Amino acid sequence: MSQTLDTPQTPAPVETPEQAPLDAAALAALHGLSVSNARPSLPQYVRQLWARRHFITAFATAKLTAQYSQAKLGQVWQVMTPLLNAAVYYLIFGLLLGTSKDIDDFVPFLVTGVFVFTFTQSSVMAGTRAISGNLGLVRALHFPRASLPISLCLQQLQQLLFSMAALAVILLCFGVPPAWSWFLVVPALALQFAFNTGLALVMARLGSRTPDLAQLMPFVMRTWMYGSGVMFSIKKVLPEQGVPEFAKVLLECNPAAVYIDLVRYALIDSFDAGQLPYDIGAMWALALGWAVVLCVGGFIYFWKAEETYGRG
Amino acid sequence: MADTLIEPAPRATAETEPAPRATTETEPAPRATAETETAPPGQETRQETRQEHRTPTVIADGVDIVYRVTGTGAGRGSATAALNRIVRREKHGKGGVREVHAVKGVSFTAYEGEAIGLIGTNGSGKSTLLRAVAGLLPTENGRIYTHGQPSLLGVNAALMSDLTGERNVMLGGLAMGMSREQIRERYDGIVEFSGINEKGDFITLPMRTYSSGMAARLRFSIAAAKDHDVLLIDEALATGDRKFQKRSEARIRELRATAGTVFLVSHNNKSIRDTCDRVLWLERGELRMDGPTAEVLGEYEKFTGAGK
Repeated sequence: MSQTLDTPQTPAPVETPEQAPLDAAALAALHGLSVSNARPSLPQYVRQLWARRHFITAFATAKLTAQYSQAKLGQVWQVMTPLLNAAVYYLIFGLLLGTSKDIDDFVPFLVTGVFVFTFTQSSVMAGTRAISGNLGLVRALHFPRASLPISLCLQQLQQLLFSMAALAVILLCFGVPPAWSWFLVVPALALQFAFNTGLALVMARLGSRTPDLAQLMPFVMRTWMYGSGVMFSIKKVLPEQGVPEFAKVLLECNPAAVYIDLVRYALIDSFDAGQLPYDIGAMWALALGWAVVLCVGGFIYFWKAEETYGRG
Repeated sequence: MADTLIEPAPRATAETEPAPRATTETEPAPRATAETETAPPGQETRQETRQEHRTPTVIADGVDIVYRVTGTGAGRGSATAALNRIVRREKHGKGGVREVHAVKGVSFTAYEGEAIGLIGTNGSGKSTLLRAVAGLLPTENGRIYTHGQPSLLGVNAALMSDLTGERNVMLGGLAMGMSREQIRERYDGIVEFSGINEKGDFITLPMRTYSSGMAARLRFSIAAAKDHDVLLIDEALATGDRKFQKRSEARIRELRATAGTVFLVSHNNKSIRDTCDRVLWLERGELRMDGPTAEVLGEYEKFTGAGK
């Protein structure tokens, strides 16, 4: 061996173990070295994340513009995809199954539901793959990993703006009068965004450990969608089918249904307070509750495993 | 600390082995003798005195890294085998998971301004060690202390292949914590360094259209744009052409001059010789030798039977 690998020598020869040359931990402390791969404290983590806010927004925008870059029609798909989605559901549920018969303004009702649910759905799907789909980036560069799921949710929010513009046109075409209440969509979607981000953070952690989730999630999401009254009214349909009360409450309180109902209530004239499962104050409280619980809980849950992302 | 590497006679006074470890980690005899023979005593003392005044940037303290690999059972991939494994796991606890001890008890201290080469035959744990230093792999035992946040540059570190090179420069910079202004300032430098635009306007094309060499060059250029405290390069230069290798070696020297530490994994002994002043030789996950480049490379070449 040709050189010492450990500590700088202490001047005096050392014989007793108590006076041994600085051990690694002491030497590291002396020179201000920190343990590699240590998880930052929660406030530190929030600060780091804030410092990367430009990365988060730039990543979201870049992903959005790159999304359809391989398609010939390009950005037209931003609007086409949700519209086609709505058209399919209209064909099946509106025309074939006749769910529309006891709902006024069925098309606005359906399209609003599809768009709002798609927001949550795509955020969850993007979150599931946030870490496992960006391993190259995670392994190459250092940044707080929560940037990725947050950024992907932001991308979905930007995408939602296209959908909302399309929705406004559809509403007007189907004779829904514009009203001041339309602005209530903004706080509703803001809360939904917070909820989505929290859920995406949870899914990102789970998905990084178990990539199989990406295969499973489409089925979970589809079940969730059918249970959230996207294409039918929970309030009207379930009692007729003899569904037990607790299941009905569960479906009505589920976050997706709450956000969908709030947006419908804000936008569609004929969707009045009578259509809501609870009074409007309770609905907003539910929306706020879900958003806060998931956002805070999801963030902490994600942060708890910060040092393990990118393994394997 | 580096118990396994401590020499017997001449330096024993200064480096008394910490008592609790001595029992568990005894130096394998043949290795110790071989290494003592190769060490020229004069150089040794010079190095020691130099190190006293230097600041450590990376300290690895008895690092063990273990991979846990699932799905190694016979007939992996078939559905019945997968189901079998799940059922068996429930019964026996951890069937189907195999442990791979990739790095065993490695200790070293790297100092400011050092360029350290990592050599060893394939699968000897070099990349694993680098990833642990970068904080991307948890250690099983022992700890790694680092100054600042080391950045790892690997061959398969694809950035975002569906985005243009331009966007990748921007995003890579932001992800590393640079501000928009800093990136704008250095943008031309990064592109020029990468040489992507030498044969046309390729920086505005999506990265998926790049050849592997071009992509590796751009990645290196992005990462090298920032002054890192510790930069870990995992064979990232291997794909570039000779001209680019020259440029990157110059950049590595620059980074060292600004008090950074550079680790370089490479199978190209010449590139190690040109850039590194110290070499760690890993074999089967164990640190086999650590010393000045010429010396360790000499031994390594004897070991692999490569040209002298």
